[in-house]
This record gives sequence, C-alpha cells and structure tokens, in this order.
Amino acid sequence: MNSELMTVNFGPQHPSTHGVFRLRITLDGETVVGLEPVFGYLHRGSEKLAEERTFTQVITLTDRMDYTSAMTNNQAYVLSCEKLMEVTPPVRAQYLRVISAELSRIASHLIGTGFLINDLGAFITPLMYCFRERERILELFEMLCGARITLTYMRVGGVFQDTPAEFWPALDSFLTDMEFHLDEYESLLTGNEILLSRTVGVSSITTDQALNASITGPILRATGFDWDLRTVDPYEVYNRVNFEVPTGENGDNYDRYLVRIKEMRQSLSIIKQCVEQIEPGKVRLDLPFLIRPDSGEAYGRVESPKGELGFYLISDGSISPYRCKVRPPSLINLTLLNEMIVGWKVADMIVTLGSLDFNMGEVDR
Amino acid sequence: MYGLGIVKGLLVTLKNFVRKPATINYPEQRAPQHSRFRGEEFAWYEERCTGCASCAKFCPLGIIHIETSPSEANIPEGDSYKLEAFDIDIARCMFCGFCVEVCPYDALFMGSGFEEAQYSRQDLVLDKIKDQREGKNKSPSTWFRPQLEAQKYIPLSGTEMKWDDAGREEWTYHPTKRPKRDLLSWRNKNFKNKGEN
Repeated sequence: MNSELMTVNFGPQHPSTHGVFRLRITLDGETVVGLEPVFGYLHRGSEKLAEERTFTQVITLTDRMDYTSAMTNNQAYVLSCEKLMEVTPPVRAQYLRVISAELSRIASHLIGTGFLINDLGAFITPLMYCFRERERILELFEMLCGARITLTYMRVGGVFQDTPAEFWPALDSFLTDMEFHLDEYESLLTGNEILLSRTVGVSSITTDQALNASITGPILRATGFDWDLRTVDPYEVYNRVNFEVPTGENGDNYDRYLVRIKEMRQSLSIIKQCVEQIEPGKVRLDLPFLIRPDSGEAYGRVESPKGELGFYLISDGSISPYRCKVRPPSLINLTLLNEMIVGWKVADMIVTLGSLDFNMGEVDR
Repeated sequence: MYGLGIVKGLLVTLKNFVRKPATINYPEQRAPQHSRFRGEEFAWYEERCTGCASCAKFCPLGIIHIETSPSEANIPEGDSYKLEAFDIDIARCMFCGFCVEVCPYDALFMGSGFEEAQYSRQDLVLDKIKDQREGKNKSPSTWFRPQLEAQKYIPLSGTEMKWDDAGREEWTYHPTKRPKRDLLSWRNKNFKNKGEN
C-alpha cells in the first residue's frame, strides 16, 4: 500500500513567493513530487491598456512591469519605438541610458541576492545590507528623474532631461563605495559553509534544458552558456565599453548567486567607462510628445537583469500602438520549475524560487 | 577548514554592529530630498494658464478636469479663456509628470510633498482655483523646469516662487499684467508680403 500524498497551496500570500505567485504542490512527506504554478493574481492588462494610450504614455505602464528595474523596461520600450520610427537618439542620451540601466541592474541584483539569502533563513541581515546600497541607487534615480521606483525617465528619442550638476559627484562616490560593499557581501556570503551546503548542486539545470525552454539571463549564464544581449546584439553604446560576461558551471542555485555578484562588478566597470567617455551634448531629439510612427512593426530587446526583455510593437499609423506584446523574461524563466523543483525538499524549493529572481509584476503584467 | 567562512561572515556583521546606523527616524528626521522630486501638491499659476487643456489631454489616466468659458475680455486681441474649474484627482495620480512636461506655458509644476493621506477621497481632489484664490504658498518642483534649476531653487526651503519668475521665457498673461498688443503693427511686421487681402 502506498502512503497518501498531500496537496498544498503554496501562496499566493506567502512571503517567499516574492509577490502573488501560487504553487499547487504535491508532497510526499517533505519531498515535492508534483507542482503546478498558478499565475495571474497581479494581472493588470498592461498590453491591452497600451493599445488605448499614446506611444509616450505607454512608458508609464512599462515602469510597473518589472518594478525592481524600471530603467531597463523603459529602455526596451523606447528602443522598440525608435526602431519603429527609425530614429537614433543623441550619443549623450545613449550613454545616460546605459548608465541608468546598469544602475538599475545593480539595484535589481541586490534585491535578488538579498532575498535569496533571506529565503535561506539568514533572517534579514544580508538583505538589509543589500537594501542599504540599493537606497543609494534610488537616491541617484531621484536626482536624475524625480522618482525612486516608477521612473519614467526615458523618452522616445532620448531621455527626458539632462542630469543635474550634483549627480556626477554622487555617482562617483557611489561607485567607490559599491566596490567595497561588494567585497563585504562576498566575504559574508561566498564561501560561507551554510550557504554552500544549502545551494551547491540544488536545482541544477543543463544548458540544453535551459536553451530548450528559452531561458535567458543569469539563469542561462549560470549553466555555462555565454549569452548576453549586450555583447551578442549590442544596443546603444555597449559596443564602446569593455566588459566580460560572467558564467557559471553547474547551473545550480549557487552559480546563479555567483553570476549575479559578478555581474554587479561588471556593471560597475561599465558605468565607470561610460562616465569617462560621456561628452556634453543634446539628450533628446526634437520629437513631439504625440508621436505618430508609420505603420509597421518592430521588436526591440534589451538584456534586463532577469533576461531578455522585448517589446513587439505594431503600429497602424495612429497615435497609439495597434499591438504591444511583451516578452517577459521572468515568466519564461519560470517554465522549468518542474525540472528544477520536483524531487527536492520544500525548503530547497523556496531557495530555488529565490534564486530564480522573478518578479510577479512582470510575470502577470 | 570547515567554519572559516562563517567566522569571516561574523566579522562582517561585527563590523556593521559597531558602525553608525544607516537609517533615520522618519517623522522626526527627513531624508534629503532632491529638488526634482515629483510630489503631490501641484503648483499651478493661473496667471500663466490659458486653459488649453494640454495637461488634461496628455494625462495617461485622465484625472485632470478643466472647464473653460470664453472670457468676456477681448478674444480677438488674444485674451485667453476664463477658467471655471481646474481639478486634479491625485487619488489616482501616478506622478509621471507628463502634464508638467506638455504644458506649453509653464503654468503647471510638480510639487514636493509625498504624505498624501486624507480622511476622505474627496479631499484628494485638488481644487487648484480655490488654492489660487486663497493664495496658497507655491513651492514647485524643478522637474522638467530647467529655468528653476538655473535659479538654484529649492522647493523645500519654503520660499515662494512667483508666477513671473517661474516661466521659461518672459511672458505676460491675464488677468492683471497683460499688455495691449498692437495687432495692426504686428500684422504688418509678420505678413508684409501677403498684405492686402
């Protein structure tokens, strides 16, 4: 006689699901034997709403998709709008976009790392260290564009305005401090025996599995596959800066953590090079607020902190997009949940969800 | 050696244990706020507003309500519409700032506050005309207003920004300081060759 399995609803109101994400899991004792994710609790219909708004107004909707890195969302959207209109923003605007997107990447990875450690049971200490530095980035964003989370910084044809004078000294002091703080995190976490025993080898996936599920971002790179849109398909000024694409080996939770830490170091180096190279100039094309592209279609994509974020826009020549399809990396990165979680214990499942670093605002849109 | 990583980590926490706190006690102490901060109470200058309703048109949420009527003053001489109502429902506002960005005459500015709790939802509807009549202190944010940044204006300093200093260019509007425009000479200057008809 087989013992009875138990089905449990994990979430939607659970702190470890990082949002309103529900997993219907089947347990054999403490081992997960079946799993069915349920999405849609945060569905706001952004894609449909975009069809009723003008091209510029949609920028405010993209802020609310992946709210931990709104800059990269803005960037992906305005890039696809610019592809649609066949315009190129001024060089200074491109540098400002890259600087702000990399700052956003650091902020997002800080959240990802902090909550991964939080899910491991290191109650709140490392998370608070991460949030201390994230606060500095949010202050920089406030200087830049007046908001901290929902930024609405970029416009089609540039950024909304030039930087204030006090931004550059603040950015410099942040870059200096952040190197020290990254070392601090690493001495706290990397090589910590508790972290190693909980994450090494847990929920590992192979490169083939990841590619077949079209997983992108740090999760793909942790499997050892070198794929980063910033080098594979350089947009903006990424071809003018030198940086490495950090990769892992095993594709397990520990490698995902390591890839994120290494990416933050690379982002710092990208920002430093951009600060050296940037020159004064225009930051915005003379486009009207109400833009009206010719009918056609365009797909713009960026390497967001979570993976490949793309906006597919169709225009019928009117003031609003006919269709605005988002390729959300968080949602697609969740497609291998079965392969990652089934067979592991409940405690490992929570760590895996933390290491995937998904964002329900983007999954449900 | 097993446990070395834990000792290294504990040294970090020990160092952080004795340093100064990174947090502040919020209601008593305030974090420094940049002058570009997009905040709740919009500064609106009736003297600069023509009632064109660009802000209402470009608001992604449609929360700006404007009523105008033809003013009894001389419309052919370029006088603007008379504003009956200018309400902003900040209960649904997301402070994207598009209304400020599209204002062609620099009449609308973002504010600098962020504590917008009220007892009723009706209190969240800002009646800007009433504020103007009551002479409420206007401390606009410098977001998208480079002329205020050039003046090094700090919204939280409490000094009021006057309407004739707030604009991007010299501009004299209704209802008080409007100069009479000599339409005939303006027409002769600008339409010299098209003249006679």
